[in-house]
Amino acid sequence: MTPVSPQLLTSKPPTLASNRHDGGTAGHRDEWRRTGTTLTHRRWLGIMGALVAASVAIGILCLQFGATRVDLATLLVVAKQWLGLGSVEGDGGGTAAIIMMHIRLPRVLMGFVVGGSLAAVGVTLQALLRNPLADPYVLGVSSGAALGAALAMLLGIGASMILLPVLPLCGFAGGLLALLLIYRLAQSQGRLPVHSLLLAGVILNAILTALIMFITSIMEPNRSAGLMAWLMGSLTAPGYPALGVLVGYAVLVLTIVMHQAHALNVLTLGEETARSLGIETERLKKQLFVLTALLTGAVVSVSGMIGFVGMVVPHAVRLVVGSDHRLLLPASALVGGMFLVISDTIARTILAPAEIPVGIVTALAGGPFFLYLLLWRKDRML
Amino acid sequence: MSVACSSGTALRVDRVSFRYRNDQAGRPWTVEDLSFDVRAGEVLGIVGPNGSGKSSLLKLLAGLLRPSSGQIRLGSQWIGHIAPHLLARSIAVVPQEYVQVFPFTVAETVLMGRFPHRRGSWWGMGIGEESEHDLRQAHQAMVETDVVALAGRLVSDLSGGERQRVMIARALAQEPAVLLLDEPMAFLDINHQIEICALIRRLQRERQLTVVLVSHDLNVASQSCDRVMMLKDGRIVQIGSPMETITPESLRAVYGCDVVVDAHPHSGRPRVTMPA
Repeated sequence: MTPVSPQLLTSKPPTLASNRHDGGTAGHRDEWRRTGTTLTHRRWLGIMGALVAASVAIGILCLQFGATRVDLATLLVVAKQWLGLGSVEGDGGGTAAIIMMHIRLPRVLMGFVVGGSLAAVGVTLQALLRNPLADPYVLGVSSGAALGAALAMLLGIGASMILLPVLPLCGFAGGLLALLLIYRLAQSQGRLPVHSLLLAGVILNAILTALIMFITSIMEPNRSAGLMAWLMGSLTAPGYPALGVLVGYAVLVLTIVMHQAHALNVLTLGEETARSLGIETERLKKQLFVLTALLTGAVVSVSGMIGFVGMVVPHAVRLVVGSDHRLLLPASALVGGMFLVISDTIARTILAPAEIPVGIVTALAGGPFFLYLLLWRKDRML
Repeated sequence: MSVACSSGTALRVDRVSFRYRNDQAGRPWTVEDLSFDVRAGEVLGIVGPNGSGKSSLLKLLAGLLRPSSGQIRLGSQWIGHIAPHLLARSIAVVPQEYVQVFPFTVAETVLMGRFPHRRGSWWGMGIGEESEHDLRQAHQAMVETDVVALAGRLVSDLSGGERQRVMIARALAQEPAVLLLDEPMAFLDINHQIEICALIRRLQRERQLTVVLVSHDLNVASQSCDRVMMLKDGRIVQIGSPMETITPESLRAVYGCDVVVDAHPHSGRPRVTMPA
């Protein structure tokens, strides 16, 4: 039995609105749709379609750059070979094929998955903490995940990763602990002002980094060098199996978070208002905490600490497509992917044949942007 | 609504007591042994000093807090037994303060009020667009609160009065039978207070809406409410028409000070001022 239905309202004689604005209402609604004031399927598909096309274009462009340049013509030959449409023509094609298929393609794909995941995690954390500067890296969630993964490496239980994703799960545990700690801090005073939240993140980061440093200091030198390189954030090496595992996590988490995209909008109204609109906020928050920590753990265990993607990208995307999470979330994921693929291309070409960790590039791009927001755009943040 | 109307009672509060869980056992109840009815179609004001339990009572009525004992009925059902999204179709809440840190537009914000009515496939829940009916209801709510012209503006750029009207529009988009307002006129300039006051009256008249509002301002309650409930230390001191409740005697009992109460020159309702 439906408790109380609002039938009364619909059966009532004309209200103020229909008296005043009869005939004008449809026009206003059409205008909202046309101008993008409200989300429509058409706008969603248009923007997402454009972003997918841009992603493909950037992927193809970035495949060409690296320690050796592979031009577009060679790229096409390799693609044809791989698809079984062309025959092997000379050695050049063979070398290029190996570089393409075994080094550069998995790396570009990894860039998309890692960047997309970080941006989506950023969007989700921002809605959850009602704070547009939230970012897994800044808040220490990435550090927590890194500590978990580093601990697993120290104990030597990371080796069986492909069979049993131990590293991502240790990263998940570490990330979840860090996230819960930050959330408890945020909740203890209602909505934590942005500066306090950032301060809490800084302290948590300092503690976790100290613990990670401790682990590297007690490792054998050759292993600790590898750990340090991983920590600085890098998309090198992983190969297809690791890529597959990560794609699995990303698809699982993003599908479920997308299902809650509408609820995320309502959550930004404040927790009590969200509850009064019928959202079971405790359940939703728990679900989102676990999902974001899971994806952060998986990403960090593969690519280390890549910072600021989760904050810079959603912010920029919001300026263009608005705040509606039904569009913001998937659009940020695609833009995050592109952002990281471009950053990684810079990282491997700027000092070629040497490489710098991509985490340095994103930090140098994102850090100043973050400071800019903090210093000059205070009005929107607090 | 039909149930509530036929009985003439929108909400029935029956011996409700409430204490925050982390309060020590020795502390008094936030709200103690309250029984009253909210009549269908009335504007009921809840007044009282700070800490008298006004806001907690409003949250109890909204189902946001659970009574420690006693029960609250909406029509024939306990509100604790109504599924959250169904309750949200009957009772809407406008919080005291609303801070939006993300650049949402007014239209987007009002459409969030349609959330409890949304339908769709598992996937469509996440990305589905609003239906024509959703847009119509949201638009209607915006016309009634006079915020249509603000549709494309960012909520964060609005003045306090405009933002309050947007939040009322968002609540109306829920198509509720009962509207709960927490200090709807606090922080507003006098012109916006008048506006909101008139709006509440109009909604009561034209939507047959039942309104419960909490206010620390006795004159606001006197001017805008059919009945006023006066709380002190979580208990009801008086409930009745403004004439019956807002008297020098009751105010002395509740606030412990002497005030001047005379008749408002236009409405004839009690007006409270400081003694000279």
